[in-house]
Amino acid sequence: MTTTTLTYAGKRRRQALTTLAFLSPWIIGFAAFFAYPLASTVYFSFMHYNQINPPTFVGLRNWKYVFTEYPLFAPALWNTLWLVVVMVTLRVVFGLGIGMLVTKVKTGVGFFRTAFYLPYLAPPVAATIGFVFLLNPGTGPVNRILGALGINAPNWFNDPSWSKPALTVLALWGIGDLMVIFMAALLDVPKEQYEAASLDGAGAVSRFRHITLPNISPIIMFAVITGVIQTLQYFTQPTVAGNLASGQLSAPGTMVPPGYPDNSTLTLPQLVFTLGFQNFNTGAASVIALVLFAVAMAFTLLLMRRRSGLLTED
Amino acid sequence: MRRTALAILGAAAATALLASGCTANVNGGAYDDLSKKETITFWHGWSQPNEVNAINANIRAFERLHPNITVKSVGNVTDDTINQALRAGGDSAPDVVSSFSTDKVGLYCASGLWTDLDPFLAKSGIDKAKTFTAPTLKYTAYRGKQCSLPLLGDALGLYYNVDMFKKAGIARPPRTFSEFKADAEKLTVRKGDGYRQLGFMPDYHGYATTPTNYLGQWSPTYLDARGRSVLAKGSAVTDMLTYQRGLVQALGGYDRLEKYRTTFGDEYSTQNAFHVQKVAMQMDGEWRTVNLEQDRNVRFHWATAPMPVPDDQADQYGKGYATGTTIGIAHSSRKQNAAWQFVKFLTTNTKALVSFANAIHNVPTTYASLKSPDLDKSPTFRTFVRIAANPRSSTLPPTLNGSQFALTLSDFAYRVESGKVPVARIREGLKEVDHQIDLDNLQAEM
Repeated sequence: MTTTTLTYAGKRRRQALTTLAFLSPWIIGFAAFFAYPLASTVYFSFMHYNQINPPTFVGLRNWKYVFTEYPLFAPALWNTLWLVVVMVTLRVVFGLGIGMLVTKVKTGVGFFRTAFYLPYLAPPVAATIGFVFLLNPGTGPVNRILGALGINAPNWFNDPSWSKPALTVLALWGIGDLMVIFMAALLDVPKEQYEAASLDGAGAVSRFRHITLPNISPIIMFAVITGVIQTLQYFTQPTVAGNLASGQLSAPGTMVPPGYPDNSTLTLPQLVFTLGFQNFNTGAASVIALVLFAVAMAFTLLLMRRRSGLLTED
Repeated sequence: MRRTALAILGAAAATALLASGCTANVNGGAYDDLSKKETITFWHGWSQPNEVNAINANIRAFERLHPNITVKSVGNVTDDTINQALRAGGDSAPDVVSSFSTDKVGLYCASGLWTDLDPFLAKSGIDKAKTFTAPTLKYTAYRGKQCSLPLLGDALGLYYNVDMFKKAGIARPPRTFSEFKADAEKLTVRKGDGYRQLGFMPDYHGYATTPTNYLGQWSPTYLDARGRSVLAKGSAVTDMLTYQRGLVQALGGYDRLEKYRTTFGDEYSTQNAFHVQKVAMQMDGEWRTVNLEQDRNVRFHWATAPMPVPDDQADQYGKGYATGTTIGIAHSSRKQNAAWQFVKFLTTNTKALVSFANAIHNVPTTYASLKSPDLDKSPTFRTFVRIAANPRSSTLPPTLNGSQFALTLSDFAYRVESGKVPVARIREGLKEVDHQIDLDNLQAEM
């Protein structure tokens, strides 16, 4: 009886070890690139650490500083949430629209698909520089055209109330990634369902609501969640646009603060960089990194919980 | 339950050990014997061919003078790379390091990452106050600790278009801010809702016209002896911001000026607004003299002068804002005697300083080199030499958190110049700025 039990336990252990061995590449990657950095960030959020001298414990001091004393946290949080809500929503809607368009066109399919996808391949820095020049209030062609049409053109990246919409326009231009995903999802919807609905007299809106949407809801959810995570990491475009539009380019010994104009393009990732690597305030930077993590988790959980209610109601 | 708790405790302890393990710092010292052959490593940020050739020429001159010491030079290194290497220490870390930014001097000195050079200066019999110009000593030390020395500097002055001045009937560059405002208005030619030509672009985002650069003319006190922000206490910052708002309004208003500013080309290109005659006057550093000389499209006559001063400080005309490159010895270096010989040569040898200054068109940082007959004699460059030598020229004080206090002040200054903060509220607003800077500094010093 004892021998049988041991043999069974041994088999279980061997099975467990085999499973662990197969999982080990992922476990090592997860531990090294997620668990350890996350634990370190939590650790440093309670420390005073200037990246040179050994860290010293300061309790909740960094948390208090970020939430009650640091004036740039509130505008950065507001800008980040604005971009998450507005930019992600518009990107998903626009991406779905373009995806539907390129699946419907009869001629020049290859051209349209390529034309809409190509901007996504442009390096973010180059694309942002291009947009800042195009939307330059003084010399840009967009405002010249709008002016010729009698439209009072905005100052885009030079106006605090237009800088985030300008970044959104840039994000919509590079919609190629979502277009491809939605195009694949739309082509995957069974044609018989559309045929049956048409026979029942369903119109275009009804077909979209009752057939297309439920079928592609997992893809929409994927686009929203990855969009939220990407936008919470939004760094390159606002940094380049802000610096370039401000007219003050970084030069040796010159530190250009992010957020031009009037901190309207300041995002939380920029704040993490500024606090951590320009002001050597690792503790406060870690607090903001954890806030970002919490916001990303909250959005993801909320979306996951609401998924069925929002998109597959029928 | 107990095993889970133990596991969590173990994981937390391991994390703490790992996290703190990343912060090791290796102690060096002046243990090396100068009579024996030694190789030291020098990391710097110069990358342009003329800059690299110039620094290499100085290195060769040093090696001829000190045959026992060989210098291994590594260029185009950023401050972040230097920080990482010095934090890690070891044989691969540099012995001598230089930085274009004065922002980190406070951190380098307070943390001990860069060695205190006072004992070396004393040992070599160098009186730093008599050797280096006053502003450069301020930005290379923190709370009395001289952990770096100046290696060439920058001074800011006024560039003006002589042809436009003649056409407007202005005989000489302005010396006080009242004259400056009058000249700027006289030199401005409006066209529709923009300008055909602007006397001066005052906006704080206009190239080098940043609030702190500008403030050099008012000689402000940023921090008191205890390190507390005192911007609201004196009249310098209030006066400067009040003047700025008046100048912006006199030249057409913030919105009009900002719109015109968006038509300016890149600061470091031939499309710079002064190069293409969009502005008649511009605040800029000595490096612009080379840019203007090399730009074939600049066919107008231009000259340089110190920036004007407030009317009640007219006798101080000639001062300006100064900053520059710093050089120091890594705390982790075990060859600090050899490293000091090299730093001493680069920062105090008049011939080395003058040849380097002439090659890269920066301002020398010792009194002896400023007086050298070999220094570039062109009058446009000499203006900046005089500004740098002026004892009333000023700079920003080093702090532990880079230039965070300057950015807090700048944010407020942007709101004043645009009219979001009325002139009557400037002093009240500066008190809030002081409070914020104190909070930030306290956070950095914990």
